[in-house]
Amino acid sequence: MPETTTLEKVVIRFAGDSGDGMQLTGTEFTKAAAIAGNDISTFPDFPAEIRAPAGSLAGVSGFQLHFSSSEIHTPGDAPDVLVVMNPAALRTNIDDLVDGGLLIINSGTFSDGNVKKAGYETNPLESPLLDKYRVHIIDISKLTLAALEDTDLSTKEKGRSKNFFALGLLFWMYSRDPEVEISNIKGKFGRKPRLADANIKVFKAGFNYGENAEVFQDIYRVESAKFKPGVYRNITGNEAISLGLLTAAHLADKQLFYSGYPITPASSILHYISRYKNYGALTFQAEDEIAAVGAAIGGAYAGALAVTASSGPGIALKGEGLGLAMITEVPMIVVSVQRGGPSTGLPTKTEQADLLQAMFGRNGESPLPILAAKTPGDCFYCAIEAARIATKYMVPVILLTDGYLANGAEPWRLPDVNALPTMPVTYRTDPEGYQVYGRDADTLARDWVIPGTPGLEHRIGGLEKDFHSGNVSYDPSNHERMTRIRAEKVDRVSNDMGPLDLVGDEEGDVLIVGWGGTFGALRQAAEILHNEGKRVSHVHLRYIHPLNPRLEPLLGRFEKVLVPELNMGQLSMVLRARFLIDIKGLNKIQGQPFKVREIVDAVRRILSSDSARTEARTHA
Amino acid sequence: MTAAAKKSQTQNTSGNGKLAIKLNKKDFESDQDVRWCPGCGDYAILATVQRTLATIGVKREDTVFVSGIGCSSRFPYYMNTYGFHSIHGRAPAIATGVKVARPDLSVWVITGDGDGLSIGGNHLMHALRRNVDLKILLFNNQIYGLTKGQYSPTSLLGTKAPSTPLGSIDHPVNPLLFAIGSNATFVARVGDTDAKLFMDVLNRAHAHKGAALIEILQNCPVFNDGVWNEVTEKKHKTARQLVLKQGKPLIFGKNKELGIRMKSSFYPEVVEVGDGPGQVPESELLIHDEKAPSTYAHMLTLMQHPEFPIPVGVFRSHEKTAYDDLATAQIASATEIQGKGDLKKLLYSGMTWEVGPDGVSH
Repeated sequence: MPETTTLEKVVIRFAGDSGDGMQLTGTEFTKAAAIAGNDISTFPDFPAEIRAPAGSLAGVSGFQLHFSSSEIHTPGDAPDVLVVMNPAALRTNIDDLVDGGLLIINSGTFSDGNVKKAGYETNPLESPLLDKYRVHIIDISKLTLAALEDTDLSTKEKGRSKNFFALGLLFWMYSRDPEVEISNIKGKFGRKPRLADANIKVFKAGFNYGENAEVFQDIYRVESAKFKPGVYRNITGNEAISLGLLTAAHLADKQLFYSGYPITPASSILHYISRYKNYGALTFQAEDEIAAVGAAIGGAYAGALAVTASSGPGIALKGEGLGLAMITEVPMIVVSVQRGGPSTGLPTKTEQADLLQAMFGRNGESPLPILAAKTPGDCFYCAIEAARIATKYMVPVILLTDGYLANGAEPWRLPDVNALPTMPVTYRTDPEGYQVYGRDADTLARDWVIPGTPGLEHRIGGLEKDFHSGNVSYDPSNHERMTRIRAEKVDRVSNDMGPLDLVGDEEGDVLIVGWGGTFGALRQAAEILHNEGKRVSHVHLRYIHPLNPRLEPLLGRFEKVLVPELNMGQLSMVLRARFLIDIKGLNKIQGQPFKVREIVDAVRRILSSDSARTEARTHA
Repeated sequence: MTAAAKKSQTQNTSGNGKLAIKLNKKDFESDQDVRWCPGCGDYAILATVQRTLATIGVKREDTVFVSGIGCSSRFPYYMNTYGFHSIHGRAPAIATGVKVARPDLSVWVITGDGDGLSIGGNHLMHALRRNVDLKILLFNNQIYGLTKGQYSPTSLLGTKAPSTPLGSIDHPVNPLLFAIGSNATFVARVGDTDAKLFMDVLNRAHAHKGAALIEILQNCPVFNDGVWNEVTEKKHKTARQLVLKQGKPLIFGKNKELGIRMKSSFYPEVVEVGDGPGQVPESELLIHDEKAPSTYAHMLTLMQHPEFPIPVGVFRSHEKTAYDDLATAQIASATEIQGKGDLKKLLYSGMTWEVGPDGVSH
């Protein structure tokens, strides 16, 4: 009987062909970890092609899951356990596995052809390169067929269940309750009972294999993590955005109008919201990105809470429309789910290289409020905050997320809907003294008048307008006045900002400044360093524009400022320009998130070069 | 607010449903100076639209004009309704958003041959095929006026313009053929100064539930003066225009002496109508049918001067559920079947688990 070892945290990666069902396997294991009360963080990593040629390196799809009995922020730097379903998956993932890590290989796919396709000269299963890992070579393909021997499924259909063998095995290995999965499978494949039965059979076969094969020395247990009391669910960023937008419409007592055009990785927002028809949500799949922003402008003008979302190439196409929404001061939300660029770039990979596009991707002086979500769950609150700013200040708001947040999942403590502050939106109906560009003294927002209001008929448009009447104006000083007041209005968004999201002391040697989906890695790195007694803090920006007024004084209280970004230094550029201070960038442009180690190392380098310099100075 | 606006507001609010709201053309005129070139066909179009809206039974506050960019797109500034002068080519998309979000509004799109058929061709096609309840007025003057006279997508082959000193080498798009090809449910054509027919067509378009496209043959006196003269001038009109009337034979000419007959080979031909030698009895002429399959309307769109008279009036009008109605109906039926959504339930849907006060899950 194997011993049960208790572990604090484990990182597992499932890797296989894009047709092997690795995303499903990962998602299912995630659910089990969540139910068992672990803290979790996931990182699905898949190719842009729906089905790249079978067995090819380009077709490898992976899903990494980090689960723990303590609080975690990232999907983990390197897997402790790697499950590979074919030679290509072995080749593309093996270097990431920690030394001594557990490697489970489906040997059934290691035909000469597949081995060659993966670029191996000889069969890697016989290679000494695998010696540094704890390797389990199992013919999962064959065992799957055997488990389904007495079913009437075709060989091809049977083969499709093999991911459930791997899942069953891991359930056994990590002491998960198999009944949870069996009921999940029944739910998921409810309409296809033959497939449900097959998957359950294979899942059980995998589980029993672990129990009976007597090849595994250990089974593991990862205890529940301590969570804040409450009700939890798993959530991805795009789900959270969708729920956040619907909630915002509810809080503002407005109809949600969402228009979008299919684009990775933003499409699923459209999928989610189109399921909310019975909540009154209108969705419009437009003919292109331009029409999507156009329809959103029309919807907003007509009085809906209008939203469009896209990713870099689509945001580029929406640029002209955003300029129109900006000059006409129409409240709406644009979500930019960033991916690797430029052009089509790396559609399924993550990057943060569209910050400057959000800042400056329009003609003329057209600053807009820009928010960035830090975690999948934070997407919910950022969507609400974007709606609040848009309707309060009569302005289009850009919300930045990224592919990593959009697809990654984490446990999310559900909010008390009744406790969320309402967002009253008022429309002007009084014709007395109405000026189209008359403004609120505090927010500088113009009055919101929606069509259908008698006596307030007026015209707006993309031409510059008179400061008061809103009539077309080519007056030189009026243009300057209008340009400045539009910018001033956006700057006033900072009046509502609370304290910064800071961990560590308010002064010290190194301040890590981050934004967006890198939050987990940066926060964890800062905590590690802080716990070592290093004078290191981390501030994560929710507001990219305007910046939180508390940031500038904070920057001045640190010897060094490090800005890690998944781009070539876009926030660094903004901060340098804005505050005229020295910034050290840590930049990674690989379509992959930061590893905690990369951040820790970068900070250590700064600290050691500093102390070296101080020493040199002392000795001189 | 203008005096007229105040007046009509008083009438609106004092109404008990019995008091008729009487509006006139002036009620639809904004306080802005109209700034088109002297002699521009847009003046006549504006006047006819204002006059028609005053009698059409729609409230000013419930009317929205959305335009793109170009000379014609300044139109909303001159209408005392809600108006949105947007960006080049995108008016159909913006108007779609307005109409879908607010089906109670009467939404009009003002566009031109460049705006609607070049930069915005894609949006126009999709608004038409979706059958969004928009009234689209396409001012066709076969030229880019606002940018100073470049040839447009409706300019004839060989058009000499600043960008084509040797003549244009691209074949023009036929706006109504484009509309028929997009399966538009209401397609019509009028001349800019033909106020009577234009009012009829506007009334018909307004009554039509769905996308309506009206091509207006509009004169640009500065860059393309007289481009439609051969068919729109008073002295030529009766001889060269075929006024389409539902259920009536295709007859034209000063004395209704000419008609259109279909040859067996599916080619239309112009024939003399009468009982004399070489003449064709009226019974053999084509009968105009707005609801006929689109091949018929397609044929009409191809008829051009001088081989044929140019058809004006309503080419096609058939019923199909409007996009905005379907969008509203989907929400209604989802609400009926699934019940009105409860936000809390939605948030708590899927797999959830509760963590007790001890911080460990149950």
